[in-house]
Amino acid sequence: MTLVAAERPTPLRLVDQFQLGLDAPICLTWELTYACNLACVHCLSSSGRRDPNELSTAECKRLIDEFERMQIFYVNIGGGEPTIRNDFWELVDYATAHHVGIKFSTNGSRITPEVAERLASSDYVDVQISLDGASPEVNDAVRGVGSFDTAVRAMERMAAAGFVGFKLSVVVTRQNVSQLDAFQALADRYRAQLRLTRLRPSGRGADVWDELHPTAEQQRTLYEWLLGHGEQVLTGDSFFHLAGYGESLPGLNLCGAGRVVCLVDPVGDVYACPFAIHDEFLAGNVRSPGGFDRVWKSSVLFGELRRPDTGGACASCGSYDACRGGCMAAKFFTGLPLDGPDPECVLGHGEGRLAAVGDTLLPQPSPDHSRRARGSVAPVAVVLLPRRPDRACDEHPLADFGAGHRPH
Amino acid sequence: MPPTVPVGTTAFDPSLPWALHPQVSLRPESFGALAYHFGTRRLSFLKSPTLLAVVSSLATQPTGRDACTAAGVAADELPSYERALATLAESGMICERSAS
Repeated sequence: MTLVAAERPTPLRLVDQFQLGLDAPICLTWELTYACNLACVHCLSSSGRRDPNELSTAECKRLIDEFERMQIFYVNIGGGEPTIRNDFWELVDYATAHHVGIKFSTNGSRITPEVAERLASSDYVDVQISLDGASPEVNDAVRGVGSFDTAVRAMERMAAAGFVGFKLSVVVTRQNVSQLDAFQALADRYRAQLRLTRLRPSGRGADVWDELHPTAEQQRTLYEWLLGHGEQVLTGDSFFHLAGYGESLPGLNLCGAGRVVCLVDPVGDVYACPFAIHDEFLAGNVRSPGGFDRVWKSSVLFGELRRPDTGGACASCGSYDACRGGCMAAKFFTGLPLDGPDPECVLGHGEGRLAAVGDTLLPQPSPDHSRRARGSVAPVAVVLLPRRPDRACDEHPLADFGAGHRPH
Repeated sequence: MPPTVPVGTTAFDPSLPWALHPQVSLRPESFGALAYHFGTRRLSFLKSPTLLAVVSSLATQPTGRDACTAAGVAADELPSYERALATLAESGMICERSAS
């Protein structure tokens, strides 16, 4: 992004303006479904099973209408695996016809050659293929057996269809941080752009954060690598806690939660950010009167998040202006106070505090849609019924067919 | 098919007629506006309401400089506004139009 300033200084720096919130989010993530054919160990939305209460096609379209009215230029669609929804393409077409651009994240399992062709011919749709290792061993340990091959096959199809500049999206972990150059080479091979984001202890990520998050030394390597690659590598502004090393990375360098960022989940709940799926950060629901617009503009939670930061325990630190205390979700799910240092504070201020938290009870992510058989990350075939299940407990194969189709 | 590099990049000449690129949308905000280019997927921030007024009126003013003066930009501020427009031209947010 570009800052275009006319010389006369504005009364507030842009970053301070953003802290006070905008009329509409800049970066809105919309998770379309909790259903997923994978069971990644670090899934930030604890996805797996579809929620019976997920927004219907008509409700999704009404929400897109609202996005258009609010001039939300584009939304990041995720899940779960969003392409699993039967109305996925219908919604993509509806959004682009209503001037709402779409960037969707996928594990690639449904990117057929035909789908790739279709995507390549659209101006308003961008695609992000997730991969968390540059080799099958590293990736599949996190995302499940076969998921590396699936993602690479999807990238091959995108490249063959002539889609230049789709995104290869990687969550940086202790196991893959040594593969940054290999990821870049993969992206180059398929004419994709590399996107690196931070592992958060959110959703199922809370269970594996201790083993997966980069070490202090690795963070330094990552920082140098990001500095060296500049704006060529996208980061979703997710490494601003590394600004404590000195020079800032490209981006806004602030926690945008509830200010310029928010999440709409599959059942219409609006959270402050995609990494904060917890009652504590729930601002409202798009089904309530006034819809998304009212939640964004008037919710009590977002009002609180838009108050100027005081810095809390970090206020006296010389780096506070650079890192702004780091990531709210990372603090919350590791049991740290929100007005103190990030657990991965590059000056080491988080480590002692983490040790002090020890084994006390950590906040659990509120909605958990993980499939019940945990412990295996093998992908499963998910076949969705044409309709949502009527109730969460409707697991009978005929439960979805209503009264008219009851077996005699 | 989304291009990954900015398209239509041109050097900015304030004596020529300009317009917002047809694929760009503006969203006014208290600090100025957000500008989003659907073709390049680039987001820019116009950091003052006056700059927003300048950019919005480009298409109806004979030249880029006229758009500045019509929006109330004083003579001593012109260079900085022209630099801001040059930045927008570089990223394809605004483009030359044929004189009418």
